[in-house]
Amino acid sequence: MAKVRGSIVVDVEKCKGCELCAVACPKDVIQLAHEVNGKGYHYASMAKPEDCIGCASCALVCPDSCITVYRAKA
Amino acid sequence: MTEELKDIQKEENIVYKKSSLLTDNVMHYCPGCTHGVVHKLVAEVIEEMGIQGDTIGVSPVGCSVLAYNYIDIDWQEAAHGRAPALATAVSRLHPEKYVFTYQGDGDLASIGCAEIMHACNRGENIVVIFINNAIYGMTGGQMAPTTMIGQVTATTPYGRDVKLNGYNMKITELIAQLPGTCYVTRESAHTPASVRKTKKAIRKAFENAGQNKGTSFVEVVGTCSSGWKLTPEKANEWMVDNSFKEYPLGTMKDE
Repeated sequence: MAKVRGSIVVDVEKCKGCELCAVACPKDVIQLAHEVNGKGYHYASMAKPEDCIGCASCALVCPDSCITVYRAKA
Repeated sequence: MTEELKDIQKEENIVYKKSSLLTDNVMHYCPGCTHGVVHKLVAEVIEEMGIQGDTIGVSPVGCSVLAYNYIDIDWQEAAHGRAPALATAVSRLHPEKYVFTYQGDGDLASIGCAEIMHACNRGENIVVIFINNAIYGMTGGQMAPTTMIGQVTATTPYGRDVKLNGYNMKITELIAQLPGTCYVTRESAHTPASVRKTKKAIRKAFENAGQNKGTSFVEVVGTCSSGWKLTPEKANEWMVDNSFKEYPLGTMKDE
């Protein structure tokens, strides 16, 4: 069976680091970055990109609509 | 970025992206605010129904006063609590348009209590989206009519006391009794599943407006991490443990 691979792109400057995406992620892929954005927030980033399944749970709960989700069969 | 990630991140592989109706303005809401999720859902529903040019929103006073900056449709700004009255006028003048109000609990349940009751009782053909976070968020976390017994706010530092402050108001239950309403439901937006459910409820409310069925009322139980002095994650947990007991989720009326 082909493995489903996913990936997310976070709009770093819009992210406020609320961490709700990290809570919603079933694979614990997302963590807040060590770096901060222009507003001083630690933004969401993929700590384990290889585990992402592209389920879009993170994007659904994101209050600032700053996550774009991709999914492909690899 | 590895080559593999670049392979996945292609236009044709997009499964979820920001609604085109949401503007590029960064929302002024605090991190983790429920308003952002519900704005997104409203934008997605309007986009999916293809009614961008036929929808008029009425924004309230409160945190969501600047809602018109974020969703690219026609808007009217109402005086505090008077969104249902203004929406009545807009929907009567433009009966072919989809008219909705977007209100918080301070706006709808306190100063605008009379307006919402009478608009729903008259059965105005509008959609009401009601965000209930049991607190006045914008002004600094004071007690609202929906604040629960024992809940600590800026004006009830020892918790809401029944003798002093009375009981919390379950406004959606009251509205469900009014004959003018066709759809009354209470949802939440703290998990992916509940977000999907809320989107369905909002879609149904807008479809009811298209069929001239009367007032559709969608309450979304939300959080106020700044007002509750909790992190967004803890605020969601607090909401599940406390708010849901007083404000149980579910559809109360669907005609």
